[in-house]
Amino acid sequence: MASGLGVAACMATACRPARRIEGTLSRPGMDAGHRWRDGHRPVPGAFEEVDVVVVGGGVSGLVAARELVRRPGWTVRVLELAGDLGGNASGGVMGGTGHPWGAHYVPVPGADAADLLGLFRELGVVTGEGTGGRPVYREEWLCHDPEERLFLHGRWQDGLVPQLGVSRGERDEIAAFLGRMEGFRRARGSDGRRAFAIPLDASSTDARWRGLDGETFASWLDREGFRGAALRWYVNYCCRDDFGMGASEVSAWAGIHYFASRDGAAANADGNAVLTWPEGNAWLAGRLREPVEARGWAMRGMMATRVEDEGDRVRVEAWNVAGKVAMGWRARHVVLAVPSFVASRLLGGHGPGAWPGQVHAPWLVANLWVEKVPSGRGAPLSWDNVLYEGRGLGYVVANHQSLRRVHDGRVLTYYLPLDHVDATTARREAAGWSWAEVRDLVMEDLGRAHPGLASATRRLDARVWGHGMVTPVPGTVWGGGRRGDARVGERVWLAHTDHAGISIFEEAHAQGLRAARGILGRLAEA
Amino acid sequence: MNERATRLLLLASVFVIATCGLIYELVAGTLASYLLGDSVTQFSTVIGVYLFAMGVGSWLSGFVRRNEARLFVHVQLLVGLVGGGSAALLFALFPHVDAFRPALYGMILLVGTLVGLEIPLLLRILKDRLAFNDLVAKVFTFDYVGALLASLLFPLVLVPRLGLIRASCLFGVFNVLVALMTAHVLQLRGRWAVATRWAGVALVAVLLAGMAFSGRILSWSEAQMYADPVVHAVSTPYQRIVLTRGAGDLRLHLNGNLQFSSRDEYRYHEALVHPGLSRLPMARRVLVLGGGDGLAIREVLRHPGVETVTLVDLDPAMTRLFGSQPMLRELNGGSLDSGKVTVLNEDAFAWLERPQGTYDFVVVDFPDPSSFGLGKLYTTTFYRRLGRVLAADGALVVQCTSPWAARRAFWCIDATLRASGFETEPYHAYVPSFGEWGFILASRGRMAEEARLPGGLRFVTAETLRSMREFPPDMARVATEPNQLNNQALVRYFEEDWARATGH
Repeated sequence: MASGLGVAACMATACRPARRIEGTLSRPGMDAGHRWRDGHRPVPGAFEEVDVVVVGGGVSGLVAARELVRRPGWTVRVLELAGDLGGNASGGVMGGTGHPWGAHYVPVPGADAADLLGLFRELGVVTGEGTGGRPVYREEWLCHDPEERLFLHGRWQDGLVPQLGVSRGERDEIAAFLGRMEGFRRARGSDGRRAFAIPLDASSTDARWRGLDGETFASWLDREGFRGAALRWYVNYCCRDDFGMGASEVSAWAGIHYFASRDGAAANADGNAVLTWPEGNAWLAGRLREPVEARGWAMRGMMATRVEDEGDRVRVEAWNVAGKVAMGWRARHVVLAVPSFVASRLLGGHGPGAWPGQVHAPWLVANLWVEKVPSGRGAPLSWDNVLYEGRGLGYVVANHQSLRRVHDGRVLTYYLPLDHVDATTARREAAGWSWAEVRDLVMEDLGRAHPGLASATRRLDARVWGHGMVTPVPGTVWGGGRRGDARVGERVWLAHTDHAGISIFEEAHAQGLRAARGILGRLAEA
Repeated sequence: MNERATRLLLLASVFVIATCGLIYELVAGTLASYLLGDSVTQFSTVIGVYLFAMGVGSWLSGFVRRNEARLFVHVQLLVGLVGGGSAALLFALFPHVDAFRPALYGMILLVGTLVGLEIPLLLRILKDRLAFNDLVAKVFTFDYVGALLASLLFPLVLVPRLGLIRASCLFGVFNVLVALMTAHVLQLRGRWAVATRWAGVALVAVLLAGMAFSGRILSWSEAQMYADPVVHAVSTPYQRIVLTRGAGDLRLHLNGNLQFSSRDEYRYHEALVHPGLSRLPMARRVLVLGGGDGLAIREVLRHPGVETVTLVDLDPAMTRLFGSQPMLRELNGGSLDSGKVTVLNEDAFAWLERPQGTYDFVVVDFPDPSSFGLGKLYTTTFYRRLGRVLAADGALVVQCTSPWAARRAFWCIDATLRASGFETEPYHAYVPSFGEWGFILASRGRMAEEARLPGGLRFVTAETLRSMREFPPDMARVATEPNQLNNQALVRYFEEDWARATGH
């Protein structure tokens, strides 16, 4: 009966049965978020007294809540609009294997990233100390070889820096560019701080570096004479990968930061090695939320609608999306671990504004279940598989980290920053996409390297992240707009990568810790 | 059609059926000698039974009273089906040799009887068209010339170019075409004639499909890879298993790589097992990873103190084949059936992820690290996990490719075992079909030197044990990185070293 209806539905929508791909398309939080934006503010009947409310269950919020566990006896609530905690670090399961819905790796941190290393030791990511005091990482979680390949001129080459069929002159230019970046990586300012550091607030305050935030990366590249097509494709790819937009949109400071900020150190891996899991950073989010869930602090499907500082308490109102009921809390402190434009609206226009010029990049992420990835010429299937001049960023093989020799299938996670038009237009466009349109888009992009992909794919689930991440356009990082001070009034704390200007796990972690430590410090004073 | 043309066509069909008949006989004889060995006996009995069956067929033709032409056409179709499909059927039966012999001789009897019917029937069909002396002379001339052609075509063209399955399918098609032509030339009419034509067309389609399908079982280019005839080829979800049989020599190839030759595998497997196990007098529980051929277990079972052997091999097709096929069971001494042996078809890495007991001796007999997938089974992560199931005073041994051809790969495995917390004892042995081959014994402390070798060994002695541990300068230790999941250094060393050694 059910299958009969399925066939009828299939005929009615004229789907192509030859493909037999199933799947879904979702836009997490969009409907509820837009209703709230348009004035939906139901008032709760009762308020629960708690110590802290954390609004937002992404990495910043989870880190903050996890840190607050250190204060025994406290009651904390973590309000998350989505059905699952993790934010950009959330993941799913397909065909028995975990896969990411967003961020999917963390580079091994530098030796001075004490907080992050502390977290990694607690989670067993770092298992000990090796030669020269460098951390030993758990090998299963370091990205397995082969790591990256690039589809170029009909063949897969090793690594992402274009080499195959690239002229001598262009390869020299790429080498010269990477040499310049290495120079920036080693550079220190007159204050002794690294020119480009993570977290980026640890960077040198020298104007000669910070001034680079005033122009686009593309204009800096032009001025420096870096004009070759291969180099510019590579640089653009890197910017899109980390910031959701290309070199002509992001600032020169942010662009250089991508290449020059990493100073990873590991006893059992390269300095530029990355940590990854089948479900991507959802693995980290999963560990972060354990203490939160163990205490019953997590409130899913809960959209904060209003936050008001009442002097000795902060009132938080929320809408339970599934239960269709308004709920309220009075807390001693509130952590707003949400994008800056949401924080601003929650506070009724007070506090941190979505300052002029702040841009959030929309993203499409699709997960494909493929029985067997069609083989191509050249380098073998790797973790990260990128197509030169592709529309998207290629795909990551989610079960690359599996230790099995033979797999029933592969989960490919496809990433596409929607940067072909301005962000607002792109968001509006993507809001109208059907699943079939997304399927065709993905197949067209990847089909160039894998002509047989559509017939090998059994399932394709996609998500549109309308406000995926902050993009560091000129002025975002050092233009004075972002809130470096972490606090609005006495009791409302800000923790989100929007306040850093770039959206990476390390910044989210630093943001969450900063807010939680601020609260704990206040109480110690009192 | 005029009488002369009809006569010529019928005589031509004698020629074709004679050729086909001999081809089937040769196919059966060749397959029997491939699969059962001892070609003199096999060929002799196959030819004898075949000729006898032809006699039976000729005798039976005496009972045919009428409708000779119709019967002739049907016999042709049947010969095309049975003879044409014979090679494919016998290949498919290889893993089940209990059924192989009855099937082989049943098939020979059937085809022989049918072929034996054909000539007498044809003589009767032609008897009114030719004078008796002329008839006999012509029919037997074509018959014997056809036989000569078959005997030349078979070794020179068919076996090397087409392979047995396709050759027999092709000749099956010829038989069917003769049947259709005869039906046409003799102007046979009636409902059954129409049905016969359709049956013929269907048979041709089936046989052509068989030719195409045999390309999937074993492509021509793949057959060229092997020096000897392929007796069994199967693709499992995990690998391609191919067995070849040459003169007194059975070889197993996995994914095109030689795993053993029955002529000298005892050297490899004695060298793999005894240097370690003979120095562990307390060893009771043994784990074998890979090695679904049961040959390493055969050597393990020579040690009477061993109480249980656990075999973890990914591919059920391997352990099934080596546990049931008599020729292979003869080779491994039926080791997989021993009451001491437990066979688990699992991924070794996944199996080690779950809590297991501890083992006194572990034999790691994986294929060479020729891919990233296999390279994972030679990493520090893998050896550390393996260390968790190894008894404190136990030891493990790893087959480590050739220290001469892939010197860095060999020493890379040594470096990896050391980086995983083991003390190592590298050694090597000469296995003629492989060349110089390497093994590494690993334990947590120094092992006792005293070795108690079991009786009946052909290669490992107290003297060979000593010499195996000496590495001449061309195989001496070189510094390498340890192999980790995140660098897969071994796969790169292995590829580069072998490419250099073999000049590719």
